[in-house]
Amino acid sequence: MADTKYTKDHEVVHIEDGNVAVLGITAYAQDALGDLVFVELPEVGASFEKGDEFAVVESVKTAAEVYTPVSGEIVEINDRLNDEPEAIKISLEEGWIAKIRMTDDSELDALMDEAAYNEYLETLD
Amino acid sequence: MMTENILNTPLTQNHIDDGAKMAPFAGYNMPLYYADGALKEHLWVRDHAGLFDVSHMGQVIISGEKAMDLFHYITPTPFEKAPHGRAKYTVLLNEDGGIIDDMIVTKMHETCFFVVVNAGRKHIDIPYMEKHLPEGCRLDVLDDRALIALQGPAAQEVLKQTLDIDASDHPYMFFKTIGDAPVDEKLYISRLGYTGEDGFEISVPQDQAAALWTKILSHDEAKPIGLAARDSLRLEMGYPLYGHDLDEKTSPVEAALSWVVSKKRDGYLGYDRIQKQLQDGPDRVRVGIKITDRGIAREGAEIQSEDGTVIGTLTSGGHSPSLSSAIGQGYVKPAFAAEGTKVNVIVRGKPLAAEVSGLSFIQAKTVSAKLAA
Repeated sequence: MADTKYTKDHEVVHIEDGNVAVLGITAYAQDALGDLVFVELPEVGASFEKGDEFAVVESVKTAAEVYTPVSGEIVEINDRLNDEPEAIKISLEEGWIAKIRMTDDSELDALMDEAAYNEYLETLD
Repeated sequence: MMTENILNTPLTQNHIDDGAKMAPFAGYNMPLYYADGALKEHLWVRDHAGLFDVSHMGQVIISGEKAMDLFHYITPTPFEKAPHGRAKYTVLLNEDGGIIDDMIVTKMHETCFFVVVNAGRKHIDIPYMEKHLPEGCRLDVLDDRALIALQGPAAQEVLKQTLDIDASDHPYMFFKTIGDAPVDEKLYISRLGYTGEDGFEISVPQDQAAALWTKILSHDEAKPIGLAARDSLRLEMGYPLYGHDLDEKTSPVEAALSWVVSKKRDGYLGYDRIQKQLQDGPDRVRVGIKITDRGIAREGAEIQSEDGTVIGTLTSGGHSPSLSSAIGQGYVKPAFAAEGTKVNVIVRGKPLAAEVSGLSFIQAKTVSAKLAA
């Protein structure tokens, strides 16, 4: 999808509607973490700069900070993850973490598209 | 990657073939979890039977007329009256009464002891025991043996049906040798483990290990279990993990392991400090911590009293699959060690409400319902 971008830290950004982006983590990150037991969600209305930690995904092994690759304000969070952290793994549609209203969509230009991300994954193993 | 230095157990290939997520642990390439994931594995052990490869642990035989003297010097635990075959959980002490390792010592008979120590400490424990070895004694490292733990309520049944070993009269915390083979080729079976479930640790010559592993797993009630679930299982029971909950500065009294200390015997390393702490109380003590807020607290998190004073540190923490909540253990000042004491655990700068609890969060289901007597 042309409107989905990826980071080297395995975050995924899907442009939903104009300047609102859906934030999540990729299958690679999910697999590396193992069973998920808790997601610390941001507050709606909170503002983050590009590169800020906006959520924490806790697995049986470890706590993984999730960084937003774009600056903006959180407009919605996925409450379902409070009771069902493993839902992250279903799909981005089901297991997104938060939606952010971007203040500068040119920040997306620095991110990888799917082909570039897949190429990047090849370099990791 | 330091792949050239990593060791395999006799079962590493089995784990890879079973689709395990592998990770280095104490220098060994070990399974973290298999296809089902750590949460399901944990619950499987509580309800059925799980098979663990613990071959990375150190297995040692110490024999000789004065072998018992060694254990009466380097551990605070009495072995004199222990019957043959009795296995005891104890600690290896330094001169200050600090814990070099925790371990299982089995009195096979009066002059022969079987010791199982942690993988990450065996390079320290073995030279240390050699250094203190009484005259005329010998120490043999059984590095030609694998160690497999079968744990869970179905363990006895699985053992019977897969290996034709009837353990119905095998007491808890006892060791037996099995088979007609020469002693070097026998199975050593101890009814104990580190999960809180009934179960067995089976020491097997390494060339037989893979066949034994496969045979046990042929039973519907048995599944392989990785180190991640091993950790959450022991954490629910309040059992300490060396290097996290125990270290060389920590005495058995501080570690809430006074029950391994002989009430009658003296002459062991660190006796003065341990006795003083038994009489006067230690400055800090290991307790269970139950997180009552949502969130997970992990090793290293600061523990504060309700007024914000630092009272201790979490030494283990994670998610309890049985309770579906976060638990941990840590050291606090004795004034805050009473069960039910409200505390805060600081996670990423924010306080999570928690309370002090007993070390074990669920009832042990071991046959005698005790870790040891």
